[in-house]
Amino acid sequence: MTRTEYVYVTYISATPQRIWDAIVQPEFARQYWQHENISEWKPGSGWKHRDPESGEIKIAGKILEAIPPKRLVLTWAYPKDEGNAGETSRVTFELEPIDSMVRLTVTHDELVPGSNMEKGIKQGWPRVLSSLKTFLETGKPLPTWSKAKASA
Amino acid sequence: MDLVFKALADPTRRKLLDRLHGKSGLTLTELCEQMDMTRQAVTQHLAVLEEANLVSVVWRGREKHHYLNPVPIHEIYDRWVKKFERTSLRTLNQLKKRLEGESHD
Repeated sequence: MTRTEYVYVTYISATPQRIWDAIVQPEFARQYWQHENISEWKPGSGWKHRDPESGEIKIAGKILEAIPPKRLVLTWAYPKDEGNAGETSRVTFELEPIDSMVRLTVTHDELVPGSNMEKGIKQGWPRVLSSLKTFLETGKPLPTWSKAKASA
Repeated sequence: MDLVFKALADPTRRKLLDRLHGKSGLTLTELCEQMDMTRQAVTQHLAVLEEANLVSVVWRGREKHHYLNPVPIHEIYDRWVKKFERTSLRTLNQLKKRLEGESHD
């Protein structure tokens, strides 16, 4: 089956290490992502994307590559589909310093066209990356998160 | 942000973004189909979109694939919608004060 992919880019005024920490440290991610990412962040280890309040696991997968603070590659699936290659997609984070900024590229590929996952991530990544940028540059998360939560 | 507004202020460039919204990862050749202009002109429009970070690109061998990058648009949305909401809330608040103030203040 033909898979589809998306490539998201944002430029953030922060060090690569801060951006890396914002992705991998649960207490950091919670503040702008409303979720936390739990893992040992070593190739072969598992990772989970979890709602810190309910404890519900929303996404799960395996770490394929982890080169802090430059490159992180992981598999991405609903917990019920974990281990099912047909329903597993892949996310690559690339952090490149450019002058005093970092170019953060998130590539989400191996997606099944028309799947709920595809629809979800198309809405999710622009919001997460925009929120991450605002959070790192101003110290405040975006209001859209609290609003989305309140109406959920 | 100036670059984003400038890039969006052109119907051809908005059409290119629509095409990439419809299908991810199109090459220049694919993007030129259905566009009534030269390849050079399309290349120039794409350069403006890339500079504004509205289009991200990935090279595969000699082929350049284009992706819609809506992150800057989301930043604009967050900034202006938030402001708009704040204004509405303030207006409502003033209205409430005025209506209630007549009898209570």
